[in-house]
Amino acid sequence: MTETARINEILERFPQIKRNALIPLLQAIQDEFGYISETAIGRIGDHLSLPTSKVFGLATFYNQFSFASRGQYHITICNGSSCHMGGSGELLSEITKMLEITDGECTRDRLFSLEVQSCIGACGQSPVMAVNDKYYAGVEIKELRAIIKKYRKDASG
Amino acid sequence: MGIQLEVNGSLIEAEKGETILSALNRNGLHVPTICSMKGLSPTGACRMCVVEVEGRENLVPSCSFPVEEALKITTHSPRVLKARKINVELLLSNHPDDCLYCERNGSCELQSLAENLNIRERRMPGNKSPYKIDRSSPAIVRDPSKCILCGRCVRICEERMATSALDFAYRGNELRISTTLGKPLNFSNCIACGQCLLACPTGALIEHVQFPELDSHLHAPGKVVVAQYTTAVAVSVAEMLGKKPGTDMSGIIRTVLLRYGFDHVIESSLGADVMIMEQVAVFQERKKEGSSLPLITSSCPAWVQYVEQYFPELIPALSPLKSPQQIGGSLVKNWLPEIIQAGDKEIVSVLISSCTAAKNEARRVEMTSSGIAIIDYVITTRELARLIRLSGLDLDHLEEIAPDMSVPGSGTAGNLTGVAGGEVEATSRTLYHHLSGKDILPSKLHRFRVNKAYREMSIKAGKQELRIASVSGLSHAVKLIEEIKAGKRSIDLLEVMACPGGCTNGGGQPLPVDDHLIRIRSKAVYDMDNGANIQEAHKNPHVIKIYEDLLGEPGSKVSRDLLYTTFTKRDVLL
Amino acid sequence: MHPDKEFLLKLAQGFIPEPSDEELKYLALLNRERVTRPLVMVNSSISGVVAGARETWAAIESYVAERSLDIELCESGSIGLSSEEPVVSVQMPGKTRLFFSKVKAENVHSLLDDVIHHVIPEQMLIGQLRREGQEAWPDVPFLDEIPFFSLQSRVLLEDCGIIDPFSFPEYVARGGYRAFLQTIRSQTFSEVCDLVIRSGLRGRSGGGFPTGEKWKSAFETASDQKYVICNAEESDPGAFMDRTLMEGNPYQLLEGISIAAYAIGSNRAYIYIRSEYKDAIERITRAITELRSMGLLGDNILDSGYNLQISLRKGPGAFVCGEETALIASLEGRRGMPASKPPYPTQSGYLGQPTVVNNVETLANLPLILKKGADWFRGIGLPGCTGTKIFSISGRARISGLVEVPMGTSFGTIVNEIIGGVNKGRTLKAIHVGGPTGCMIPPHMMDIPVAYENLKEVGLVMGSGGVLVMDDKTCVVNTVRYFMEYVDRQSCGKCIPCREGTRRMAEILGGITRKPADDEGQTTLERFKGVMQLEHLAAVMKDTSLCGLGQNAPSPVVSTLKYFRKEYEEHIFDRKCTSNTCSELRTWYIDVDMCTGCSICAKRCPAEAIIGTPTHPYFIVQEKCIGCGICYEVCKFTAVYYK
Repeated sequence: MTETARINEILERFPQIKRNALIPLLQAIQDEFGYISETAIGRIGDHLSLPTSKVFGLATFYNQFSFASRGQYHITICNGSSCHMGGSGELLSEITKMLEITDGECTRDRLFSLEVQSCIGACGQSPVMAVNDKYYAGVEIKELRAIIKKYRKDASG
Repeated sequence: MGIQLEVNGSLIEAEKGETILSALNRNGLHVPTICSMKGLSPTGACRMCVVEVEGRENLVPSCSFPVEEALKITTHSPRVLKARKINVELLLSNHPDDCLYCERNGSCELQSLAENLNIRERRMPGNKSPYKIDRSSPAIVRDPSKCILCGRCVRICEERMATSALDFAYRGNELRISTTLGKPLNFSNCIACGQCLLACPTGALIEHVQFPELDSHLHAPGKVVVAQYTTAVAVSVAEMLGKKPGTDMSGIIRTVLLRYGFDHVIESSLGADVMIMEQVAVFQERKKEGSSLPLITSSCPAWVQYVEQYFPELIPALSPLKSPQQIGGSLVKNWLPEIIQAGDKEIVSVLISSCTAAKNEARRVEMTSSGIAIIDYVITTRELARLIRLSGLDLDHLEEIAPDMSVPGSGTAGNLTGVAGGEVEATSRTLYHHLSGKDILPSKLHRFRVNKAYREMSIKAGKQELRIASVSGLSHAVKLIEEIKAGKRSIDLLEVMACPGGCTNGGGQPLPVDDHLIRIRSKAVYDMDNGANIQEAHKNPHVIKIYEDLLGEPGSKVSRDLLYTTFTKRDVLL
Repeated sequence: MHPDKEFLLKLAQGFIPEPSDEELKYLALLNRERVTRPLVMVNSSISGVVAGARETWAAIESYVAERSLDIELCESGSIGLSSEEPVVSVQMPGKTRLFFSKVKAENVHSLLDDVIHHVIPEQMLIGQLRREGQEAWPDVPFLDEIPFFSLQSRVLLEDCGIIDPFSFPEYVARGGYRAFLQTIRSQTFSEVCDLVIRSGLRGRSGGGFPTGEKWKSAFETASDQKYVICNAEESDPGAFMDRTLMEGNPYQLLEGISIAAYAIGSNRAYIYIRSEYKDAIERITRAITELRSMGLLGDNILDSGYNLQISLRKGPGAFVCGEETALIASLEGRRGMPASKPPYPTQSGYLGQPTVVNNVETLANLPLILKKGADWFRGIGLPGCTGTKIFSISGRARISGLVEVPMGTSFGTIVNEIIGGVNKGRTLKAIHVGGPTGCMIPPHMMDIPVAYENLKEVGLVMGSGGVLVMDDKTCVVNTVRYFMEYVDRQSCGKCIPCREGTRRMAEILGGITRKPADDEGQTTLERFKGVMQLEHLAAVMKDTSLCGLGQNAPSPVVSTLKYFRKEYEEHIFDRKCTSNTCSELRTWYIDVDMCTGCSICAKRCPAEAIIGTPTHPYFIVQEKCIGCGICYEVCKFTAVYYK
């Protein structure tokens, strides 16, 4: 199915032309594609009779929406206060060093992308990180290196 | 019932439902504001208008706080002043320190706030947001690093111009004003009306300045530089030159330009007169075709672009004519060389206009003939004022140079196109004459001069009863268009001006804007018309000559080649 | 077992005042007083999952499958011991339920082997749950005898981690929904408002506004459509009480929302929940579906004539949306920017209609207040500040987790007694209360009874109830910088003092905790001037910011400047971080005995601060060192160390 067709299918789920449908709609698009494309912004604006600048303005306000596709392995690092104390900052700089990406970016080979999340609420196990749906608790630098190595290997083999 | 407030120890009267700020202002008490703009929704964002209210723990923003009985307010206590000062210092800490190089030096609200609050020390150094200047648009330059995020441009673009090319994007220290996906203005749905420039308190939004580029052409051998200026410019530029607002500066403009090095100076209203002649022809043709839609004017370039983006289905209803300024430009490039015997000298055509969208318009492919632009440079009223100052001429003792009568260069009714409703008023005179063979008494058309966004008249000309209307301000226009599309209104001829009030309130006009000044400018245009010997385009001897020598008759092949244009649907993210 | 819908509804409406023996038996099964086969519950909410609960679950499944055992395996919420996850509880028929901590997949085998054979695996044991009619395990402490639980008053959290959050029958069997159903039959809207006013319940999200008064204001504003919004945004880092309540006992919240909606005469309620809270979203969504099918949501609820719809909306993630006007803006599909008050949401809120915004913890109190009465509630806590408050403890605490105590309990009790202070060998330096816009409290101030006014008097705030425990190995300035950077990113950016002020504050704090590439221009004097600026800035930010976020953003700075000024001075003048947290302020040395002279550190040093001759020990020129620590990381011989 083409991108437009998939977008249209999502739009059909929101028949009401109301502004308060905007966030749920964007969430549906984000879930479906992993990001909000230019086409999607145009179609949403059209569907809700909203200027696209408002759609873009809204989407950029919130953490959940991104405008570029994610990597095969999406790394999330919790930067809650407990995780910060536990060393999430060091984990972050290590990832930046290893993969040369920062918050919201994706590696060139589209393998890894990075997102810094505000507290996910698992403060007892700080610092916490996740790769796609798999969580890692109490991560140390060495472990982080091993984790990334593992996913690299998974991807190549 | 009035409400009594105690302000700084004395009592003032306030009206129920109003804000503290409006009560203060009505009573002659001044509180600084940044984000607040008359007629636009309050946001309470800038916190500059904070005042102390007894019993309230924190300072309150007077712009959004409704008055209550027996409020005790202090507007300039040390605590309030300190708060305002630190907030301005915070703004300055993220502002490039380049006032001397800034377009808005001297007319900047941030600058005067800093001055008024006696900020004389950089107490808060810090990193500044790294933003790139967007010069993509021929009309508007946007420098986000100078933006103080008051949101006035956002609100004016949305609420007055129904465009919303800009909105707030991101948040916190990343907050910025942005087009959709951060696209350059020229690739956005911006129609270059320039209302945001008038709204912007700083130099974050300015016109794409072109007047320094003229220098290489002036006095250059092999070049003839011809300027045309619009009526709106003539009645407004006085404000920036220390003259009484509303003074007609035509003579001074002509004289200064000629002394500065321009070779010929003509009035844009000449083009407007020609356009009126053609408009009447087009109108009758459309009538014959029996179109259900009104004939919609196309002289406002911002409006034209709006139609191309938002109402492509209305393109057939648009008048196929170029705008007055482009018609003027066309005459300058195609006819003037013969009159002045320019030989193989290159004609440089300059437009001086109150309009920023005209800068965009000049770059339209449709506005070129064999790849050469009809108008080479467009400079705004503000740029003109600077050029006049730069000329060093003493305006009080300037010996005015009379118009060169050998060159047809002035208009009549066309002067009215400077104000909203003026185009239809001027057109109606000629149309009436055309249909009935008689002249209409000008004062009978004064319904087009009421100070309203929508002006409408029924005119009985000969056997025909015509409904003619004018709307200005795009948000009003959009509503009207929707009504027309829904069949709720039937109009024969509709003038649309993007800017509220028309060209006298164009994006290139002097700052600061206020409603009163716009009324003065409009009145000056009306005075000019009332005092004119000839008030009809078809009686303008220059127009008659142009038709005799060049065009033949309205709607002729030559007219169509030179004065008509086409419109195309524009695909941008709306 | 398929519970009888009619029976449940009768029960919920209080139509079975004296159940028959058979009904009692059935009830005991529903509320798990009695189990007929071993019951194993795994905390599957996020704190458990992060610690490996999914793997534990799988291990239990395969354990059961391999042995073809007849065991009921069931999910639960968290009992609040976040640092002890995964928590697994086991209930053998006739016996009390046992709780175990840190049950990783590899421990499942031995745990179940032991318990099934009636042996207690001591090392994982937490305790047993006291319940009437169940035989206690010998020599096993009851949960309510363990300090962590014994000093708490678990009112809201009573069932969290105990019940199956997916089971509506279990909620009803434990007395749920009676409060709501009796209310809509027998009480008028304003009677409910009055009852809640009498209870003294105050909003738990920070401000402490009396809940009943808020309702009354919305109730008295004339309008055809009113809204109740449950604020489940809970965006304070380190706060997870709302999430735990939603994951552990979703029906309690939904009943509370229903009551609030009824009280203001609204039939439309929304739950605005962080999209990151996937488990909570799932549980609430399933609970709403269940309630609809039971006829407890929808039109004409059980023929009472009262209609109510509750919908869930996922918040797309912005800290500021915890502020009610920003939350409403977000719900309306706009950027979550706060609006000026007045008008207050109770007059003009969601879509311009009267709207009550209450947070999860506040709403969860309601079924209990209506069931047990206003006087019961007033009996808990302090006069003027009634009920309990849940605190989520994280950071360097010995136990991280949720603690519910009566209002008026001191932080000293919570930190020193309930969670047992900090880890062994460390000393308590401070606690930070109330998230990024909260404040830091030194140990000597921790005896103040926790109540809105008491704290405010000394310039502190309760916030949402996140408590970050800091020991001597954490740096006050660094933590404040972290919070300020956080707020700076999270500020909506609308008003100047918050947008620009937080940014400058973060920069000033950064200048104190970091070492700039060159120290020219950034002299001690500049840093000192920065600190002086902090105080001016803080006053103006508090005075002029539009919403609570900006007004309270300087709180961490203000409170630490007051109580931990010495630490600032050390950072500024001595360029020293005694807790060794600010890595750039560390002084690095090379151990001459360990250094082989491989030269890698000198090559990688960005400041060219390391000199030496290959194969001989290298040396760090302190004047040039920027403290980045790269030498430490690249050294293969662990020769680099810091003091």
